[in-house]
Amino acid sequence: MTHATMTHAAHDEHPTWLRRWVFTTNHKDIGTLYLVFAALMFVFAGSQAMAFRLELFAPGIQFIDPLAFNQFVTIHGLVMVFGAVMPAFAGLANWLIPMMIGAPDMALPRINNWGFWILPFAASLLLLSIVVPGTPEAGWTMYPPLSIVGSSGKVQLGGDLLIFAVHLLGMSSILGAINIIVTILNMRAPGMSLMKLPMFCWAWLITAFLLIAAMPVLAGGVTMLLTDRHFGTSFFDAAGGGDPVLFQHIFWFFGHPEVYIIILPAFGIISHIVPAFSRKPLFGYASMIYALVGIAFLSFIVWAHHMYTTGMPLAGNLFFMYATMLIAVPTGVKIFNWVSTMWKGSLSFEAPMLCALAFIMIFTVGGFTGMMLAMAPADYQYHDTYFVVSHFHYTMGISAIYAIVGAIYFWLPKWSGRLYDERLARIQFWISIVAVNVTFFPQFFLGLAGMPRRIPDYALQFADFNMLSSLGAWVFGSAQLLFLYIVLKTVFAGRRTAEARVWDGATGLEWTLPSPAPYHSFATPPVVH
Amino acid sequence: MRGRNKSNRGCAAFGAGLASLGPAAAWAEMRVNLPEGVTPISHEVYDLHMLILAICAAIGVLLFAVMFYSIYAHRRSKGAVAVQFHEHALVEVLWTVVPFVILVAMAVPATKSMIALHDTGEADVTVKVTGYQWKWQYEYLEDGIKFVSNLKTPSEQIYDGAAKGENYLLEVDNPLVLPVNKKVRFLITAADVLHAWWVPEFGWKQDATPGFVNEGWARIEKPGTYRGQCTELCGRGHGFMPIVVEARSEAEYAEWVEERKQERAAAEAASAETFTMEQLMEEGAKVYNASCAACHQAKGEGVPGAFPAIAGSATAKGPVGAHMNIVLNGRPNTAMMPFGGQLDDLHIAAVVTYERNAFGNGVGDRVQPADVKAARGR
Amino acid sequence: MSGQPHSYYLPEPSPWPFIGSFGLFFTLGGLALLVNDISGAPYVMGFGFVVLLVMLFGWFGTVIREGESGRYSEQVDRSFRWGMAWFIFSEIMFFAGFFGVLFYARMYSVPWLGGLGEKLSTHTLLWPGFEAVWPLLTLPSADGYTEALEPMGAWGLPAINTLILLSSGVTVTAAHWGLVHANRRQLIVGLALTVAAGILFVVLQGVEYIHAYRELGLKLTSGIYGSTFFMLTGFHGFHVTLGVIMLAVILFRAMAGHFTPDSHFAFEAVAWYWHFVDVVWLLLFVFVYWL
Repeated sequence: MTHATMTHAAHDEHPTWLRRWVFTTNHKDIGTLYLVFAALMFVFAGSQAMAFRLELFAPGIQFIDPLAFNQFVTIHGLVMVFGAVMPAFAGLANWLIPMMIGAPDMALPRINNWGFWILPFAASLLLLSIVVPGTPEAGWTMYPPLSIVGSSGKVQLGGDLLIFAVHLLGMSSILGAINIIVTILNMRAPGMSLMKLPMFCWAWLITAFLLIAAMPVLAGGVTMLLTDRHFGTSFFDAAGGGDPVLFQHIFWFFGHPEVYIIILPAFGIISHIVPAFSRKPLFGYASMIYALVGIAFLSFIVWAHHMYTTGMPLAGNLFFMYATMLIAVPTGVKIFNWVSTMWKGSLSFEAPMLCALAFIMIFTVGGFTGMMLAMAPADYQYHDTYFVVSHFHYTMGISAIYAIVGAIYFWLPKWSGRLYDERLARIQFWISIVAVNVTFFPQFFLGLAGMPRRIPDYALQFADFNMLSSLGAWVFGSAQLLFLYIVLKTVFAGRRTAEARVWDGATGLEWTLPSPAPYHSFATPPVVH
Repeated sequence: MRGRNKSNRGCAAFGAGLASLGPAAAWAEMRVNLPEGVTPISHEVYDLHMLILAICAAIGVLLFAVMFYSIYAHRRSKGAVAVQFHEHALVEVLWTVVPFVILVAMAVPATKSMIALHDTGEADVTVKVTGYQWKWQYEYLEDGIKFVSNLKTPSEQIYDGAAKGENYLLEVDNPLVLPVNKKVRFLITAADVLHAWWVPEFGWKQDATPGFVNEGWARIEKPGTYRGQCTELCGRGHGFMPIVVEARSEAEYAEWVEERKQERAAAEAASAETFTMEQLMEEGAKVYNASCAACHQAKGEGVPGAFPAIAGSATAKGPVGAHMNIVLNGRPNTAMMPFGGQLDDLHIAAVVTYERNAFGNGVGDRVQPADVKAARGR
Repeated sequence: MSGQPHSYYLPEPSPWPFIGSFGLFFTLGGLALLVNDISGAPYVMGFGFVVLLVMLFGWFGTVIREGESGRYSEQVDRSFRWGMAWFIFSEIMFFAGFFGVLFYARMYSVPWLGGLGEKLSTHTLLWPGFEAVWPLLTLPSADGYTEALEPMGAWGLPAINTLILLSSGVTVTAAHWGLVHANRRQLIVGLALTVAAGILFVVLQGVEYIHAYRELGLKLTSGIYGSTFFMLTGFHGFHVTLGVIMLAVILFRAMAGHFTPDSHFAFEAVAWYWHFVDVVWLLLFVFVYWL
């Protein structure tokens, strides 16, 4: 019976309604669920950003109470990281990996669906924490003692809902990661050796490893937060022999790999788009892989560069500074390889390529400021200012968005068999690329000039750049709604295409499938030479 | 304000392009780069910052030049045909090794500055800095001077009821006074949650962690007023606990220390005196606005769900002993911290009197410093 | 990639993942209510837990039926093995986090409070009377905590428990040999002994906890020593309990005639898990009890 579902037609029969969207075991349906969920969360967390940019538009408190401001910032960070960006990449992984490696589906389809369905429930816990007493206010980093006592000095329900939401989010990520790793290791078509694996799959293989290694540590960390809150343990209290800074070590042992978890899949996407629109193979395929592995290794020994000013001993500061500086080498290799891929190519600039170019530039700005932040003595100035806010939005916020948007333009015709509106996509691109830099570039100046992060009100000399930044943010936010419109228009009313290779420069197994891709990608494994 | 002219010139062109967005007066104040600062460390940090910025900018210009050249010269619309190469051992080795060499070169000055930042020994003046939600306490360990430094900006300015002053949100009632040309060592800690003590002109910030002491130091080169802020999220008032340092010449500093010592002696003497209702209410209003209004609000209305109101509160209208006890020792498992260590007897007496009689509470009784002294003993 | 991907088993749509997520939501949401003493919390949590149990029975039941009907290819078997291996790796990282905390407390936070290195002022200014020793009995400030009278020794119950757990590693291997050599009796006896050893271990841990609370005054609230002691041994004990349940299921399945000499992934998965629990205990014994 099950074998019967593995037919070869493009429009083969598939389950409907509940069985298709809730009980599903199909990688494409689960991928769609992830992407829709990510879009909803992105709109929610984005609206919060619009709201606190409104408060920051001018000095003084006009709209949002300082406590609520901190809560907005906290939920914005958590939802963007765990609810928007990570699920979006998981959705892309679901859609693409089986098609790229020549498999019928993911290796563990039921685990796959579980990984997704935990997410809406985890998000519900997280969002419920907003409406109960003790809404999280300590930032997405949840540093104690503030995440224990808050501003009110009381331990309240909201913080616990957050802790359990993080447990569930971690569980979802681990299940998803195990599925992806197993799929890539065990489901490749005959002849596809690891050194022939598409870059997106390589990037996700490494990402999945990072997830499985880092997420359980975070789960342990928030569990200790829970017991410190309710059961009298003293992990993060000096009076009992603990240390508040210990939580920061645990958090960043997870948190630094986490930022690569967010950006490595983006690296993979860019490594597909740039060659396709340069009509040239990716430059330095092997060194790209070594760079990925190098970055993944380094990500586990650099965590305390988030903590230079916490009073670590000199030796600690120096070790983490040297290790952090090393990351520039493999990261540089990747950027140089992309630029070399374009060199002497035959370049055209459709929307996916525009996004890829934007990614390279934006990520490079983020990388350079990362180099600056790596310098521990200079970080004694930069730390916890808007310089950092801008840096990480460039590095893992907007660069991830451009990778995701680029990926959707690139592969959506393959998934849906319909073409997006190229003209509208370019308009959207140019509006948002200008707006995003108007939003975040002034924040570098604000940080250097001395504006701390996470403050609802500021001194007068920061007024003009904040106003500019707010204006940019609103335009950027609105432009993303236009993007969602373009996607919906494509899916429901786009011009149909039956062409297998939608882009003339695209290579890879997914482009050998008909458009739209059949429900079970490869019923018969292709042979890779 | 000092030492920022150079960087201002650099951005004049950029600023001019955007000047229509804001009042010209504010632009004169605008800064787009780190301050060069007023301590040896801050100069080192500034130089390191400019060096790494220059290196990044140089690499960036090269990289983007190549990229934009490709975009221009190798575009298909111009008829470019792709050359199918995909590796080149020499350049790949070069762009791995060259950045590594640059990094090693960068690590040398960075290490030097890092060691200097940690060199807090042999100080002339030692100040213990304690972060509270949401204020700073300073204690001069050699001279036994101790005071709390609160935000001075009135809440009408924050909530747009009044025009904002020049040093909006960067002004305090009691600035930290320090001598120039002396090595000042800071021992930084916190009483409740994490805070961070940052004066940009000194070139560093340091986290204030409850239960641990972190250190920093400064040898201030020029007299002047230097302003900074708390830089670690610490709750509702995080944006409202600035730092103001007044650096004075050695002679003026010595004079200031002497005055503070006399003030302390006077305060001790005052413990024995008796005050009228008017005196207590006047003093109490000052203390309330500095120490209590951040949470309980200017009119004693509190913040529902977070901070209880003083107006009509059972405590303020109840027995005076219990009221005094809460102010002195705090209330466990709430944000109400003990004020016994921060305020002297007169100030506590005044603020308790004020709370009992202002905001329409009108209990009518008075608390004298001697009562507070007795309550401390219990 | 030889295998036979043509016959890769693609499961039908299944309600269990959604039901499992639904159960988790109520279990953990209920737990959040419970720790805040909100009335009705036990019912919310209990409901979630029951849903979770139903899901586990339903899901594993489905998988067992599919496996026993021979629908899984070699490639599916390999996917399961990889999946289990990476799951155990995630568990290793979970414990690594707690061991990291133990080492941080022993090497940094406690010595720093005692004035080590750059933290001299921490000691002289804030905790002048504090002496840094491990196990830490006298805390920097006992306010809100209960100081322990004595640390937990290594050579009583913990040493016996070490022997029990190591022996159970041998019995589970013996059971595996029995399975591979088609000796069903050896399989069942080996598994039964392993389950018994696991139960005995958990019982003795319970006895040890009672001893700690009653005689040693060592509690979860005894500062960082008590916190790390109960957190590490507690999570380990929880994993042993899960392992025992899993072993018992395997035992019942073995008695019902499941597994063949060349197809018994479920047995191996549980055996791996049991060895993992075993190795964690050895590290616990060395770093928590002994050194």
